[in-house]
Amino acid sequence: MTGTTQDDYTDRYARRVRGMTTSEIRALFAVASRPEVVSLAGGSPYIAALPLDAVGDMLGRLASEHGATSLQYGIGQGTVELRERICEVMSLSGIEGASPDDVVVTVGGQQALDLIARLFLDPGDVVLAEGPTYVGALGVFQAAQAQVHHVAMDADGLIPEALSAAIAATDGRAKFLYTIPTYQNPAGVTLSAARREEVLDICERAGLLIVEDDPYGMLSFSGDAPLPLRARRREGVFYVSTFSKTFAPGLRVGWVLAPHAVREKLVMASEASILCPSGFAQGAVTQYLSTMPWREQVKIYREIYRERRDALLEALQDLMPTGTSWTRPEGGLFVWTTLPDGLDSKAMMPRAIAARVAYVPGTGFYADGTGRQNMRLNFSFSSPERLREGVRRLAGVMEQDLAMRAVFGADVGAAPHRRRGPAAADAPGPDLA
Amino acid sequence: MIGDLDILVLAGGLSYERDVSLRSGRRVLDALRGAGLGATLRDADATLLPYLQADPPAAVVIALHGATGEDGSLRGVLDLCGVPYVGCDARASRLAWDKPSAKSMLRERGIRTPDWVALPHDRFSELGAVAVLDRIVDRLGLPLMVKPAQGGSGLGAAVVRDAAALPAAMVGCFAYDSTALVERYVPGTDVAVSVVDLGDGPQALPAVEIVPRDGVYDYAARYTAGLTTWHTPARLPSPAAAKVASAALAAHAALGLRDLSRVDLIVDGSGEPWVLGVNVSPGMTETSLLPLAVQAAGWDIGKMLATLVGRAAARVGA
Repeated sequence: MTGTTQDDYTDRYARRVRGMTTSEIRALFAVASRPEVVSLAGGSPYIAALPLDAVGDMLGRLASEHGATSLQYGIGQGTVELRERICEVMSLSGIEGASPDDVVVTVGGQQALDLIARLFLDPGDVVLAEGPTYVGALGVFQAAQAQVHHVAMDADGLIPEALSAAIAATDGRAKFLYTIPTYQNPAGVTLSAARREEVLDICERAGLLIVEDDPYGMLSFSGDAPLPLRARRREGVFYVSTFSKTFAPGLRVGWVLAPHAVREKLVMASEASILCPSGFAQGAVTQYLSTMPWREQVKIYREIYRERRDALLEALQDLMPTGTSWTRPEGGLFVWTTLPDGLDSKAMMPRAIAARVAYVPGTGFYADGTGRQNMRLNFSFSSPERLREGVRRLAGVMEQDLAMRAVFGADVGAAPHRRRGPAAADAPGPDLA
Repeated sequence: MIGDLDILVLAGGLSYERDVSLRSGRRVLDALRGAGLGATLRDADATLLPYLQADPPAAVVIALHGATGEDGSLRGVLDLCGVPYVGCDARASRLAWDKPSAKSMLRERGIRTPDWVALPHDRFSELGAVAVLDRIVDRLGLPLMVKPAQGGSGLGAAVVRDAAALPAAMVGCFAYDSTALVERYVPGTDVAVSVVDLGDGPQALPAVEIVPRDGVYDYAARYTAGLTTWHTPARLPSPAAAKVASAALAAHAALGLRDLSRVDLIVDGSGEPWVLGVNVSPGMTETSLLPLAVQAAGWDIGKMLATLVGRAAARVGA
């Protein structure tokens, strides 16, 4: 009798599927969904703050009064009503004069990234991205069989000199710069206004396109965020955003603003992929933007998240072991933490889960396996009290790990990891709060 | 009648193997329903005891892996509630779960298991890691197998072929448990034997031979279909196959197990089996070993579980 691998299709998969394996870290995240665990690992907005009854009434009317269109197929580009609203939303961020005709509605910002990758990336192409960067973008670029070269950041975001050096090092193979300039995921830093101009100039000189991902720009805690790159330069910048953080990620509605010629191809690529975005979800967002006090709701989110950011930073200050450092986000959902020398966030995960606290190891945000000394902490979902408790548990875990490493020698480094899968293997699924 | 029984499948829990357990639980649920039993799936959480009190099931199938399902504690609680369950009792479960205790018992009963030492991390800080690790290498030689004293799914386990790699392997192991089991590594063929008792005494099912594509049967190799080839029955000469089956039955008996278990062994170059450990709540996922053995035996897993559930239900008040 011959053996079985329990997968009769092993030899038939496409090359891009290689390396898609289960991972220990993914298994540990399964525990983080239990209420006993303080999860600092997710990226979920605090949906409980929405006026859910009013949203429910609105959704009911969407079916009963507008069902003939909202439940029907629609056009691939998305409804014109929503695209008009999207242009109004963008003008609040400083992107003036965008035409609804140049907007494509997508299934979350994620599909916008996927469409851009389909249009611009051939296998072996290079994408420049901040290091660390959004794990979902890494997944898209990996599926396109592109290589990601990371560009370093500091407290003011992407470092222009590092960007110039990265462009030079890639020898013209880089297709675009993928950047989250405002309240970056996972680092929590923001590209300063002065650097925005520098980055735009560098990319323009090099003929490098920019994909600007801006899910968090409206979630500022003090004053407004610097103007988006797309507000400063119309050419060469594709602007991606989403209603996932300002309204509801469950609706999966995002968009991309692109020059006309590119927009046409984006629509064709989207139709080939999904036919059309959900009419019901588009209707829900359109109704929400037209009939409900959504700007007030964004202010409520800002207030809640600012209070939680403060609680997290205060807890880190009070409780973290010496040698730990972290970013101080002025908006968004995340704090990026650098551990004391010798600690390994990935190796520490089981101990953290045993202590009933979860975070995302830094390795989830790099294509090249670096990030072991970092972790991403989310502050949008848990109450200030839970955040402090989570940090208290985490600090205990780090103290234990430091003691362990002292016993076995500071140079033991990480436990041997035989496999290095895709970055996504070190990050939770989208459902983890 | 068995068909009228109301069965509770427990899966999930807070252990590192929660994800595996949820998959096992779903498969057990489907198998029981496929066999015509009424079955419900629940997590072992704060709602469990009120549920057991309000609506006691005829029997429980424990598809929990890791401490909750295997260290005996949950079985003890089910005993307190007077709810019967498939599998061994709390005491035997506790013994099998702690690998050093289980190995001691096996050796006492003359069952071959690789030499080992079990050390809590405190001992290393008290005595100095370098001195202790040197002694371990002197005594047990290389290569070594390092694994958590309690735990499963290959989590925190590593083969150490070079003494310089031992400290890192210890640190990796201590991330999962406060006590490490360091064992002489026996090269050979990895096999797993499922032992099932349907009422006529424990019976060894065909051994499953494990051949990981990349040479290491780690977490990914266990639970990603396509990364490991399983041969059932194992490609062993018949004398070795017979020895493997009897070693598994002996281990099942030595640890006082009941209903079903999975015994993990290595068959060395001379065809002798070495028992590595025993699992009282074997995995039931698509890539788990017990379902492969059941299939190779020509059994139906739903019917097998139905029989075990019937036996458990009959134990109530016994």
